[in-house]
Amino acid sequence: MTRLDESGAAARTSKGGPRRRGARAPGRRGVPLPLLLPGIVALAFLLLPLLALLVRAPWGSLPELLSSTEVWQALQLSLITATAATGVSLVLGVPLAWLLARTDFPGRGVVRALVTLPLVLPPVVGGVALLLALGRNGVVGQWLDSWFGITLPFTTTGVVIAEAFVAMPFLVISVEGTLRAADPRFEEAATTLGASRFTAFRRVTLPLIAPGIAAGAVLAWARALGEFGATITFAGNFPGRTQTMPLAVYLALQNDPEAAIALSLVLLAVSIAVLAGLRDRWLTTP
Amino acid sequence: MITRSERRSRRMLQVAGAGAAALMALSACSSSDDSSSSAPGSSSGSASASPKLSGTVTVFAAASLQESFTELGAEFEKQHPGTKVTFNFGGSDTLAASITGGAPADVFAAASAKTMAIVTDKNDTAGTPVTFVRNQLEIATLPGNPDKVASLKDLTKSGLKVVLCDKTVPCGAAAQKALEASKLELTPVSYEQDVKSALTKVELKEADAAVVYKTDVKAAGDKVEGVDFPESAEAVNDYPIALLKNAPNAEAAEAFIALVRSAEGQRVLGEAGFLKP
Repeated sequence: MTRLDESGAAARTSKGGPRRRGARAPGRRGVPLPLLLPGIVALAFLLLPLLALLVRAPWGSLPELLSSTEVWQALQLSLITATAATGVSLVLGVPLAWLLARTDFPGRGVVRALVTLPLVLPPVVGGVALLLALGRNGVVGQWLDSWFGITLPFTTTGVVIAEAFVAMPFLVISVEGTLRAADPRFEEAATTLGASRFTAFRRVTLPLIAPGIAAGAVLAWARALGEFGATITFAGNFPGRTQTMPLAVYLALQNDPEAAIALSLVLLAVSIAVLAGLRDRWLTTP
Repeated sequence: MITRSERRSRRMLQVAGAGAAALMALSACSSSDDSSSSAPGSSSGSASASPKLSGTVTVFAAASLQESFTELGAEFEKQHPGTKVTFNFGGSDTLAASITGGAPADVFAAASAKTMAIVTDKNDTAGTPVTFVRNQLEIATLPGNPDKVASLKDLTKSGLKVVLCDKTVPCGAAAQKALEASKLELTPVSYEQDVKSALTKVELKEADAAVVYKTDVKAAGDKVEGVDFPESAEAVNDYPIALLKNAPNAEAAEAFIALVRSAEGQRVLGEAGFLKP
């Protein structure tokens, strides 16, 4: 049971296949009302706004609203940047998760808490912090500018950075949970048999925690796709370069709510399609 | 399997969750307090002949009004003890959208007639909006104007990072008008969602210049330098103010509008750089 608790909600769906089936059987006999009622209310609460979006959608003018190049630009940009941000999160986040789960160093608890900080930080604050760090005049950014001539704000790279900043913690937490749930004795056995620690990680640990990584990556991707605050603060808003779907939705809402609803539907459809597709392929395999 | 640090961090999450819940409960309390204190205030006010104002006045105002309205709000609270003025500053179009969406507000002060029309079109105002000030555009550059920006045309120089307000926001619409009037093509690095975020990009030195209001340049002090351009005369914004139809505290709201239009209010707004209507 503790193992399940450790591995985050998403990892649980990925790993809990056979175990869950076992747990469900006794539950069927009688669902306690104090759990059933709030549960149904929660479900209605989560689904109602989405239903409202579908009910009020301007279905008639939808094709016309969605045929503009701005929509496709924004959608394309959103998909590319969210995927790139997930890639960055994977390359950097998985090693960080491994360090947090498998090594012992002083202040590890503090580091772990700091990693989760972007989860609670308002994204706009995250965007300002990124400006102060990586902006043209930022703590690090001024050197990037004067040494390499690289400026990140107002660029597509800036969007990827902003999205990775808010999305990576989801991946790190999810992968770390899976790592803790995975039995370290497999790795130990591998190192005893002569593998280096990195080889053991690559050949034993990675395949073992692959479903957890996939689940974390999906979470991070979804978070990056919906990112708004840090993006508009750090990367600005320019069609085709930094205007992602959420920004387009927000600005369309100002003068053309119908267009905003149409854009939201597209984002919703894309998210559902991708999440459903990945669920079938990765998340349900034990 | 659970190590101590894990348990600790999980407990920390729980504490954080409880803290967040407590905060939410607190804010819920305070907002319900506001409405309960304003409701009897307005009803007793309508009963007596000379109304004693009380309760909260909620003012939705364009981002460019932030400094002068905050000052006028403090002045209003001093003149009418027992009242409280709360502001929601933002892009006029955002504010208009939230008002037509049912946000509880007493007064709406927009930065353009067009954004006010969004509200009047839905019949959400009580009475006709009146123009209380006007505002002119100015170029905000980095302190000392290192890029030697002297005209609107200079902003089209390549390599210069310029931010504009989005076209849906009054300052963006006005900038577009000025650019069209002078037949200039300007590609900014970003279309910001309101005038303050456009200015912030220059204050943080991320952008080299922004087209904002004179009043914003003035409010920013020495963090930016203003450059006047003649084309701004083509795009002077009227600022309309109106009492809203569903105002929870209509009488205090009217008194606030009166203060804004009074000699005292005009003095404060004039000092901030606004033009007389």
